[in-house]
Amino acid sequence: MPPAAPRSGDAIFASVERVNAELFTLTYGAIVRQLLTDLEEVEEVNKQLDQMGYNIGIRLIDEFLAKSNVSRCVDFKETAEMIAKVGFKMFLGVTASVMNWDADGTCCSIVLEDNPLVDFVELPDTCQGLYYCNILSGVIRGALEMVAMKTEVTWIRDMLRGDDAYELQVKLLKQVPEEYPYKDDE
Amino acid sequence: MAAIYSLYIINNSGGLIFYKDYGSKGRMDTNDSLRVASLWHSMHAILQQLSPINGCSGIELLEADTFDLHCFQSLTGTKFFVVCETGTQHMEALLKVIYELYTDYVLKNPFYEMEMPIRCELFDINLTQAIQKDRVALLGR
Repeated sequence: MPPAAPRSGDAIFASVERVNAELFTLTYGAIVRQLLTDLEEVEEVNKQLDQMGYNIGIRLIDEFLAKSNVSRCVDFKETAEMIAKVGFKMFLGVTASVMNWDADGTCCSIVLEDNPLVDFVELPDTCQGLYYCNILSGVIRGALEMVAMKTEVTWIRDMLRGDDAYELQVKLLKQVPEEYPYKDDE
Repeated sequence: MAAIYSLYIINNSGGLIFYKDYGSKGRMDTNDSLRVASLWHSMHAILQQLSPINGCSGIELLEADTFDLHCFQSLTGTKFFVVCETGTQHMEALLKVIYELYTDYVLKNPFYEMEMPIRCELFDINLTQAIQKDRVALLGR
């Protein structure tokens, strides 16, 4: 039986149940505010958002694989395209693009044109070091780790900090293929 | 009537996280099912190495004289395999449905700990429904 064809981000986004976007923005905002109240340090909040994102990512990846029917990506370039074109579209309904590839194809930028997390948000002066959308970097890192890729995901541009777009840098640190049981030392 | 004997789900380190047997034949106790799961995990890995072509994704079907075993491995390393009567059709489709149920009722349950045995009632209920629907469809043919 031939495998089912991979589905586009638009098709999947259209077929899943939706929630009110403003409720989503408000919920995320409430999380960030609560973390700021509980942890007080902006750096701590950044770390906590990343950790939360990681915990989401490790679970989200199977959902992504099940709904999108993708087969194994041949290289990191294809992986990045998948994240931008299918992943972001499927889960956030936004189009993202991949650019700024480095020479060996292990580092690129994902640029978001739109970001539902930050609708109506402005950062006050007291929170200038905050990466408001840091949950997204954790999600990507967690998801890729479950498919054998160790990555580092950082924010290059953040509109809440005055830049003109949202740009995430995704750097592949190493591929960690599964260890085979018979090679274990017992 | 084509029948499913049992369903196993193993995590990416080879530990059994779910085992269900249907029907009266081939029932196993916990220890045996754990053993079978780790055996299968190792066999699956070894056979990937045996493949003459690189990039083998592992065993999909094992045909024996008294049963068939269909296996699906997700890209995250989680394996779903079902032991069924010889010649049972559409097991790959059923495994795909079970994978989707797993991503919904297990992974989206915030109280489910990753890689741990699955103890999610909603998963059990929906799984039973999916298997029932599958059996009814086969009987109707």
